[in-house]
Amino acid sequence: MAEQTPQDQTAQDPYRHLRGTAGEERVELSREERKFIRRRSWWLLVRLSEGVRLKLLLTALAVLVSQACQAATPLIVAFAIDWGLPRLTEGQSSGMWLPGTAYIACAVIAAVLIFFYTRMTAEASQQMLYRLRREVFRKTQQLSLDFHEDYTSGKVISRQTSDLESLRELLDGGVNSLAQGLVFMTFTAGSIWLMDWRSGLLLVAAMIPIAFLARWYQKNSEVAYRRTRISSARMIVHFVETMTGIRAVQAFRREGARSRQYHRLAKIYRDDMVRSISLFGIMQPSLVLIGNLTVTAVLLWGGFRALDGDLGVGVLVALVLATKRAFQPLDMIAMFYNSLQSATAALEKVSGLLEEDPTVTEAEQPQGLEQARGELEFSDAEFRYPAHGTDDAGPVVLQRMDLHIPAGQTVAVVGRTGAGKSTLAKLLARFYDVSSGSVSLDGIDLRELAVEDHHRHVAMVTQEAFLFSGSVRENIALGRPDATEEEIIAAARAVGVHEFIEALPAGYSTDVTTRGGRLSAGQRQLVSFARAFLADPAVLILDEATSSLDLPSEQLVQQGLERLLGRRTALIIAHRLSTVAIADRVLVVDEGRIVEDGSPDELIAAGGYFARLHSAWQNSLG
Amino acid sequence: MQQNGLWSTLRRLGPYLEGRRVRWALGLFSAIGAAVVALTIPQVLQVLVNSVLAEGAGAAAVWTAVGIILLLGALEAGLIYMRRFFVIPPSSDAETAMRTRLFDRLTDLPTAFHSAWGAGQLQSRAIADLNLLRRWFAFGALMLITSIVAMLVGFTLMLTLSPLLTLVFLVAAVPILIIGPRFRRLFVHYSRASQDQAGEVATAVEESVHGIRVLKAFGRGGHALEGFTSRADELRSLEVSKAHTLARFLAAMVLLPETILGLCLLIGLWQVANEETTGITVGALAAFFATAAVLKQPIESVGMLLGMTFTAKTAIDRHIEVMDSENTIASPAAHGGEPVSPPEQGRIELKDVRFSYPDAEPDALPDGRSELLDGATLTVEPGETMALVSGTGGGTSTLLNLIPRLYDVTGGSVQVDGADVREFDLADLRSRIAVAFEDPTLFSASVRGNVLLGTVHERDEDDSQHPPRSQAPGRKDLDEVLAEALRIADADFVENLPEGVDTRIGEEGLSLSGGQRQRLALARAIAARPSILLLDDPLSALDVRTEERVTARLREALEGTTTLLVAHRPSTVALADRVALLHQGRVVAVGTHTELLESSALYRKVMSTGAAAAGVDALLEEAPHG
Repeated sequence: MAEQTPQDQTAQDPYRHLRGTAGEERVELSREERKFIRRRSWWLLVRLSEGVRLKLLLTALAVLVSQACQAATPLIVAFAIDWGLPRLTEGQSSGMWLPGTAYIACAVIAAVLIFFYTRMTAEASQQMLYRLRREVFRKTQQLSLDFHEDYTSGKVISRQTSDLESLRELLDGGVNSLAQGLVFMTFTAGSIWLMDWRSGLLLVAAMIPIAFLARWYQKNSEVAYRRTRISSARMIVHFVETMTGIRAVQAFRREGARSRQYHRLAKIYRDDMVRSISLFGIMQPSLVLIGNLTVTAVLLWGGFRALDGDLGVGVLVALVLATKRAFQPLDMIAMFYNSLQSATAALEKVSGLLEEDPTVTEAEQPQGLEQARGELEFSDAEFRYPAHGTDDAGPVVLQRMDLHIPAGQTVAVVGRTGAGKSTLAKLLARFYDVSSGSVSLDGIDLRELAVEDHHRHVAMVTQEAFLFSGSVRENIALGRPDATEEEIIAAARAVGVHEFIEALPAGYSTDVTTRGGRLSAGQRQLVSFARAFLADPAVLILDEATSSLDLPSEQLVQQGLERLLGRRTALIIAHRLSTVAIADRVLVVDEGRIVEDGSPDELIAAGGYFARLHSAWQNSLG
Repeated sequence: MQQNGLWSTLRRLGPYLEGRRVRWALGLFSAIGAAVVALTIPQVLQVLVNSVLAEGAGAAAVWTAVGIILLLGALEAGLIYMRRFFVIPPSSDAETAMRTRLFDRLTDLPTAFHSAWGAGQLQSRAIADLNLLRRWFAFGALMLITSIVAMLVGFTLMLTLSPLLTLVFLVAAVPILIIGPRFRRLFVHYSRASQDQAGEVATAVEESVHGIRVLKAFGRGGHALEGFTSRADELRSLEVSKAHTLARFLAAMVLLPETILGLCLLIGLWQVANEETTGITVGALAAFFATAAVLKQPIESVGMLLGMTFTAKTAIDRHIEVMDSENTIASPAAHGGEPVSPPEQGRIELKDVRFSYPDAEPDALPDGRSELLDGATLTVEPGETMALVSGTGGGTSTLLNLIPRLYDVTGGSVQVDGADVREFDLADLRSRIAVAFEDPTLFSASVRGNVLLGTVHERDEDDSQHPPRSQAPGRKDLDEVLAEALRIADADFVENLPEGVDTRIGEEGLSLSGGQRQRLALARAIAARPSILLLDDPLSALDVRTEERVTARLREALEGTTTLLVAHRPSTVALADRVALLHQGRVVAVGTHTELLESSALYRKVMSTGAAAAGVDALLEEAPHG
């Protein structure tokens, strides 16, 4: 992968295949690729630490001093015995009080600092996490729909939950233990150097095999971690799919088959997990072994020097004990490294997601539009799906076309599934931007229009009437969050859903996620109409929004719908006659082109697609 | 609740440890061995250096000392390796066993259970909880025992060195015993609260992703971000409060033993100074502090390990909660009954069927009814196609769920082929029936796998959930069945998918539009070749032309298959031989479409497409200019 020619690399971004979320499922990466992704992850961490850096610095300082205090206690004991005792036996009480109070002072300082740095670490790390959570959330909201259509919701959710969770584990516990371990090791190693530099040399020599070991571990565990994350993701997807689709699983008697597959996935996950843990199982005893070998070496070298009288016996005892202790925190550091690995794997993906750019953005100098009449114009507009991750554009969905919709006109769009009807709607709602040409509202290109004004003037109701957890009131108010209670009720009344809401257990306050608030698809759709009514846009788009309405409510809604449309410009994508019937004008779309355009009667008279459609409807009314 | 027996909770793990106990015990012994070796090495070093080198010993003495230390060092590393070698596989196996058994249990539990719990709750039990348990098995439990053993050994050592100092040192344990439980309560409170809040944050994330189109259509991304921000902020402050509690505890855990040790130093110095009366030597004092230093680590980690143990207990409790929940929908064999299996005809009889959702609030229904189905009676003859029509939320979809026993009636009975559905073996009952749900659920698999879900495809030869039926397509015919089902459902878009019928769809594959998914769900129901077909508004997402084609082919295909279909519009009703009108939880009229139009005012009201449509007809006739 990395063996590209130099010209290639300068000519274009060599890591394009890793930019954003591309390539996040890859397990094996070349050295350069790894470095690139690493840098991106670390840069994110550095950026997040902004504003809490002083806190982090103070924390590090507190850890340093508190560890020093704790490391000093054995020295104080030695001091007490060597210096204090002789004095005490001579009757000088300072020999007792001095070391004693020093010991207690150290204990108190250490404890107080522990108290402070535990708090500060949590405050700093929670602040960073909070910022990252917000940033990821904002990013996923900003990203255009073509991204969301490619990158499944499950992935977005796991980026924001389980990935951030492993980062939390690192920031919460890991960093402290790393600092503690490092400080402790430095102090101990320093005291060894002071006592006998030759033993210090041995300690340094021991770092060579440790470095090799660490390198080996890093390389292998990184791959192992990535593998584990992928297999756990597969297992989770299978689990969630089975549980959310449990009706289908049971109705088609697939429990056995689903279970067999889950057993297999759980086994793969288990094997990957064990393999990854086993790496640490080699690492940890190897570290202990290297430590003990170093102790032996110190004893050997020091022993012979002690025989020759070059080294005091007391010093030798202190040396071997200190050497043994110096390796103790390595365990902790290795464990920290583990959580670092898993957090890095998570950060790699999160930073990739944050690197994605929305394809639909606000212009640098957007044009405002206080009041909109609702005149729409497609000129020379063409749309093709951007193919994700490559430069080649996807197939043309909407052929180059011109279309003028005067303010206040109700336009119905009909055509076969996949003919490009929804694309018209999505271009108006700016879920996408045209690939060439332009779409404009009141003469202003949508790409130039301020996003806020665009949202105020153009609203869309889609087929899937999604309700957010919360009350019915809150769900309607989503159309205009600052609306009053009266306005909300008026909107519900206008689309004919007021009586139904009143009949719910807690009226407008009924939580839609509770059982009493169980709303059918049709009822949800009516609530989403009320939402649109409240938003009071100049242009309203209904994208197959009437298809899940039940029969009686459909009558209700026909009236509600007419009130909803009012004098607005409306684009209705529908496949029901009753909905199409209220249109001033009908567009028939086929294979990305407008093939028929006129009032319903004109089209029926012309005897084309719409006329055939109309007679089919008539027949079905039977 | 926490007092609710750690032991009795642990005992519930028995089945998962079957055959794994020996390895685990070996691991425990290795761990204790390693700890004991770690404790001895400093002592041995001290003795060796002092005694061997003291009085002008030779090189041989150095070599002996080096040999012993080398041996102990290798032993320590070896024992650590052994601990992991012994413990990791059985812990992971136990985790996997719990995970798969939980899954199997969950797939057996009725739909009602699932809608009450939610996939998120179940997922955290299946993944995060069990990962935690594995870590506890492999590390926490082992280290807890090891630390306690090390502490006991250490205290005994210290006691022999200086009983007075040891007693003073133990005094430090008293306040820890007092603040310990208080701390645990507070800590558990905050960690529960922050876990719940993390769930809230996750819910906000989930909704913002699933509702992204709504948010984008109304430009409410900022609004959603505000809501999310306040939840995330709450989470942050809970986490910080948790850390503040922890900070107090950790500080106490250092402050108490260390100040007491400082006190011990004072007393010890005084004792040594008055050696004649107390009998305490310098060596003993030094050794006392050396041992206390070694004990520091186990004492500090016991707190952490106990915390882990209590979290593990919560995880086990949560696991047991699911495993113990009662399965209300099971085959008669489960309670020792003998299942019936009448010959397959395709007859459905509803007799005075009553139903309300288990968690429904009383008076939740708009018209004051207490039950969603309130004595519905209906017979569908073999081979007949019956449409089920009602107003909004009239319980038609619910009624379909009762036939394959996804829910059980709360009163009356549902009979298939002359027997109550509760007397059937579930696999037998459900193999006679195929359903296309209102919201088509597809799985991450190929189109083929999804459509052939109800057939022998990818099943073992002896799959007990696929009892032999004369009508069921055999293994050889599957390709034909697949092609036919796709043709009837007008799912020819499949041909244009990158890999045709082998294209992967679902969460891990290509995403399809609502209409495409609905057609595949329809094809799936047809491919199972059931004797009873249940269709819940199967054509709602299709455009008129497609609907027309599918309707024509369905009419042909439904010949001879008993079909009950929920209809929301006249064009769907057109598929049916007869129509049943459901109103206020009862079947109020049954007849052909024409009959009902004549006899039932309610039906006319429900079926008429309303004033607007009539208006258009008038408009079409009147409009002079066209």
